[in-house]
Amino acid sequence: MSKRNLIFLSLILALTLLVGCAGGGEQPPQDTPQEDGQKAASDLKVGIVLSSGGKGDKSFNDSSLRGLDRAKEEGLIAEYKYIEPKEVAAAEKGLRFLAQQGYDLVIGVGFMQKDAVDTVSKEFADTKFAIIDDVVDNPNVASLTFKEHEGSFLAGALAALLTTHEEIEGINAEEVVGFLGGMDSPLIHKFELGYTSGVDYINETEGTDVKVKINYTGSDPSAFNDPAKGKEIALAQYNAGADIIYHASGGTGIGLFEAAAQTGNYAIGVDSDQDWNQPGYILTSVLKKVDNAVFATVKAVKEGNFEAGLKEYGLEEKGVALTPLTEAGVTVKAAQEAGDITAEDVAKIEGLKAKIPAEIKDKIEDIKSKIIAGEIEVPNYLEQAQ
Amino acid sequence: MEIFQQIFNLETFSSTLRMAIPLMVAAIGGMFSERSGVVNIALEGMMLAGAFIAVVVSYFTGSAWLGLLGAVFFGGVFALIHALVSIRYHADQVVSGVALNLLAAGGTVFLLNILFNTSGTSPSVTALPYWGPFKPTVYLGLLIVLISHYILFFTPFGLRVRAVGEHPHAADSVGIDVEKIRYVCVILSGMLAGFAGAHLSIGVLSVFREGMTAGRGFIALAALIFGKWYPFGAMGASLLFGFFQAIEIRLQGIEAIGIPAEFIQMIPYILTVIALAGVIGRATPPAASGEPFEKGKR
Repeated sequence: MSKRNLIFLSLILALTLLVGCAGGGEQPPQDTPQEDGQKAASDLKVGIVLSSGGKGDKSFNDSSLRGLDRAKEEGLIAEYKYIEPKEVAAAEKGLRFLAQQGYDLVIGVGFMQKDAVDTVSKEFADTKFAIIDDVVDNPNVASLTFKEHEGSFLAGALAALLTTHEEIEGINAEEVVGFLGGMDSPLIHKFELGYTSGVDYINETEGTDVKVKINYTGSDPSAFNDPAKGKEIALAQYNAGADIIYHASGGTGIGLFEAAAQTGNYAIGVDSDQDWNQPGYILTSVLKKVDNAVFATVKAVKEGNFEAGLKEYGLEEKGVALTPLTEAGVTVKAAQEAGDITAEDVAKIEGLKAKIPAEIKDKIEDIKSKIIAGEIEVPNYLEQAQ
Repeated sequence: MEIFQQIFNLETFSSTLRMAIPLMVAAIGGMFSERSGVVNIALEGMMLAGAFIAVVVSYFTGSAWLGLLGAVFFGGVFALIHALVSIRYHADQVVSGVALNLLAAGGTVFLLNILFNTSGTSPSVTALPYWGPFKPTVYLGLLIVLISHYILFFTPFGLRVRAVGEHPHAADSVGIDVEKIRYVCVILSGMLAGFAGAHLSIGVLSVFREGMTAGRGFIALAALIFGKWYPFGAMGASLLFGFFQAIEIRLQGIEAIGIPAEFIQMIPYILTVIALAGVIGRATPPAASGEPFEKGKR
């Protein structure tokens, strides 16, 4: 290979790397902590390092920031700073920067920051840390995780109750519902087990015999980004008699929603409010309420009862929830105000929710309170596996 | 018997066809490139770029057909980079291919952020209309196989492509412009891969999602090898792989059969290894594939 060729190739590679890195965030973390709000009564300082996607991801990051906004509104904190790291390595610098600046509570969003939070929390033993969606076992770190299985249980109960209501358009005679998983992995089995347990519970209490079709997209991470295969799987499940499919498959789920709109059947979204994705075909979404977890943690620090260690947010702590079964959720309404979706779409979303019989809504509420009261125990795959 | 019906029904076969088309068309693209002597492992990236451009053009013009054309055109432009690097600058074709795959993976996410201010998923766009039971890309894809077979074996251009891929110096000595043929073939491979990507994003779906080709470019390469660098071979292999995917989806969850889904997911790769190892008739790549052509060098 001649010298000229080598230079040419290295230029291409360098360009590739540049473009590849530019995706995550906009500025380097060191010089861009952004201030929000003014000095108020409280002098508690909270800093947060967001995960990939940054502010405006309509998901975890925005939800975390909503929690901090609420804390500010309620006077718990005067200000907070957020950092958008452009890569995982930059997250560690961001955490360290915030700790050095004397922030009382430093939050890392997402399991990708597990190692970074671990390292930095050891360096700053006097600072309080929180990690979202993973566990860091240090004496000054609160690990905020979510009981996805409880939310999935409600989704399973809803699907099993609804699939026997043939009078609703799009619901067939067969008592079959579906589950679409992304990568075949323990975390996704947690969703699956919660969902099938919800279906089983309805079968027991209502005397029905609802079956669950289960598919996993693949066994490597690309299974979370394969909407074309997701659509084929959904079509196959709908064809085999399923009329409601719940997914825990990341971007693959977009294919499910398209299949639902194509066949006129229904889907249930996951993690964030996905009801607006194909308005009128998505019954509800199983939410992870990161905002509530963040708010509760800030409140605990403010009130002086911050506890390190694992803190699981379930239905009781409002850490997981379904989007409302009676109206469009807050995210949808905010999107409408921002002009991202039309009033017509919101009407479709609410029209579908109006089709769900009131007795089913009551039963879901009832099941929810039973789970909170401990009368129903939802199995956790991750604990069973250990 | 009931299980048999669950697995083999009309829907299984239409699913097979839908999943085979992107493999088939991309494999034909790879075939032109490799038949002319340029290894193209950038099919994955070219497909991804095509899928992205199809959605972007469809979004801004409202026409899915223009989206398809845009994907084909830009696929060719993207392949031109590979052509320049490997033909003009005689660089390592595998390295250039890897670079293009990375460029497509990062570049599409980057542009998604700039154009739509979203991360991961584009807004929904106008998709191609149905022609009977399938999208037009399915029929066009099958037509592409027929035309490619004709071009490769019944036209002077096809003869030149094969000559250039087998023995470029011999071809050169009888006055064939080796570089020109290779440029045309590599650009053609990018156009076809772009078409395959458009089939995914505005044929099967109506959105772009980061990394949505999910390794199909590499399975297309496997189909090309398993099909022994013949258009109908690549078609047969793609249909077989598509069929395994359709079966695998339907087998999951039927405990009576007890074959793990992962095993069926492996089959395309196992078959490719077997084909390469020469168990079912040896798969021999074009002799000059991967070698840069330097005039006057023996």
